[in-house]
Amino acid sequence: METLLPLMVGTLFAAGLYFILHRHLFKVILGLILFGLATNLFLFVIGGLTRGGSAIINEEQTVAVEPYADPVPQALLLTAIVIGFGIQAFSIVLIRRVYMTFKSNNLDELQKENEAQ
Amino acid sequence: MPSDLLLVLPLLIPLYGALLCLAFWQREQWMAVMAGLAQVAWLLCAFMLMRRVLALEVIATQVGNWPAPYGITLAADVFSAMMLTSAAIIGLAVYLFSLQGLDVTRRRFGYYPLMLLLQMGVAGVCLTGDLFNLYVWFEVLLICCFALLSLGGGKGQLEGAIKYVTINFLASGLLLSGVGITYSLFGSLNLAELALLVRQPEHPNLPLLSMASVFFLVGFGIKAAIFPLFFWLPASYHTPPVAISSFIAGLITKTGMYTLIRLFTLLFVSDQGFMLPLLAILSGFTMLIGVIGAAAQTDFKKILSFHIISQIGYMLMGLAIYTPLAIAGSIFFIIHNIFVKTNLFLISGVVAQRYRTFSLKKLGGVYLLQPVLSVLFLLTALSLAGTPPLSGFWGKLMLARAGLEAGNYTLVAVSLCVSLITLFSMTKIWNEVFWKPRPVAVKKDIAMAPINPLRLWQLYLPIVLLLAFILFTGLYARPLVRLSERAANGLLHIGTYTDTVLSNNRAK
Repeated sequence: METLLPLMVGTLFAAGLYFILHRHLFKVILGLILFGLATNLFLFVIGGLTRGGSAIINEEQTVAVEPYADPVPQALLLTAIVIGFGIQAFSIVLIRRVYMTFKSNNLDELQKENEAQ
Repeated sequence: MPSDLLLVLPLLIPLYGALLCLAFWQREQWMAVMAGLAQVAWLLCAFMLMRRVLALEVIATQVGNWPAPYGITLAADVFSAMMLTSAAIIGLAVYLFSLQGLDVTRRRFGYYPLMLLLQMGVAGVCLTGDLFNLYVWFEVLLICCFALLSLGGGKGQLEGAIKYVTINFLASGLLLSGVGITYSLFGSLNLAELALLVRQPEHPNLPLLSMASVFFLVGFGIKAAIFPLFFWLPASYHTPPVAISSFIAGLITKTGMYTLIRLFTLLFVSDQGFMLPLLAILSGFTMLIGVIGAAAQTDFKKILSFHIISQIGYMLMGLAIYTPLAIAGSIFFIIHNIFVKTNLFLISGVVAQRYRTFSLKKLGGVYLLQPVLSVLFLLTALSLAGTPPLSGFWGKLMLARAGLEAGNYTLVAVSLCVSLITLFSMTKIWNEVFWKPRPVAVKKDIAMAPINPLRLWQLYLPIVLLLAFILFTGLYARPLVRLSERAANGLLHIGTYTDTVLSNNRAK
């Protein structure tokens, strides 16, 4: 898992960036979603991966026994997922609105039309 | 009033104001009344916070009463109180402008609640004492910016909004990664505790801190529009109506700059041999490219947008020099720029209300018809360019002096040249918009909007108000200079900040 997940993070970042740079609006949405996923996964991986080590402290102890899963990155992750979800939803609505106004799916054409005015 | 409450109120007032506005959805007059009350209350609260901070230097509270490094900290020092107060002042000014300067449709569809939530985001960024919370507040602020930029759905606005949303989403992703890296290196998110951890020279993860700092530099660099990450700004800031763009242009990039200064004085101090020269180069290019870009433009709002970039360079210059005087200069410059930039945008709005265009080629002859407005513009523009004795001059004087003292001659030379080009840009607007006669061909095409004295008076009021502040800080600069020096001192000597935040542990 330790080697697989970082590779996946890298692939997701690369794919997300590639799609964000695309002029087709639908691919921009895909890019935003993939990039969001990449950051979330990165946050999860960088917190350290453990298996079966819950962060629950036993009754007779005062500190948790190593190795335990750090709950903070996971809490951050949850917040980040929710925020990312909201922004992705907004951008999908925005891009739909753009499509309905310009009747075009191509970012370059939007600019041309605006400059023509 | 207890300090805890004073720290939470700047967040609660805009939130409840926005909720009250939503209760009157589509009844814009009621929404305007609610928003006005919230704006005034916010301003009062900011002043009270300022007074308290001046007395106690730093105040902090733990939300939910969890002890300091674990709970969510709210803290205010002189710098954050200054940002908050200026945000509240221009918030009120833009609100007053919007009463006459914005179309009814946009006001009916949520302009006021969105503005209030945006202000809540700004307050959150200024007051938070927690790295992850900083990210969250930035998202609050950004989503309101997204909605405000696309509010009304004009063609240009939608195109600008797509660029703005995409690049800011990218920046937020980088920020979040930076937060993750910092947490995994030091095991804390509390700014005060992190500040103490990064100052332990024997900490094993210290060399890796510069890597995390680059994530923050790029993330906030995009939000503050520093070179070479500024291209989204001139593509999107001129598109929405003035009542929206003036607030965003005046405040949001400066909020990014505020965070950069905060983080690079508090956390990322270990590798200054690498970071400060980098910042100096970035600041020089930011100033230069911004002002050269402005020289090529022929649109009132686009020129002003490019000047935002150039001014960001000056704020970065202070951080790059990194002496108490330089940081104080940066802070002075940020506050001066918030007022001046907002005011210039508002003036462009008043001109465009009458002439229905922002294009320099189609404008002209404003001086003959509205001499008062012309004088207001002239004073504000000269202040932006830094003509003595107006406020821009003092900021630049502090920065130039600090630069000379630190031996940063190239940077000082660049900044002074950029000042001259700024003056050229402002005279260009003056010549084209106010001085030259109105083009004959345009006179037939575009009819001027009729003058309504009461309406005009309401549009002038916020501009005069802001200009009064600008003149005050220029002609009697001593209090603001002192305040900036105090804020810089608080940033560079972090002892009071960390002590206040971390000693706040006991349950009350």
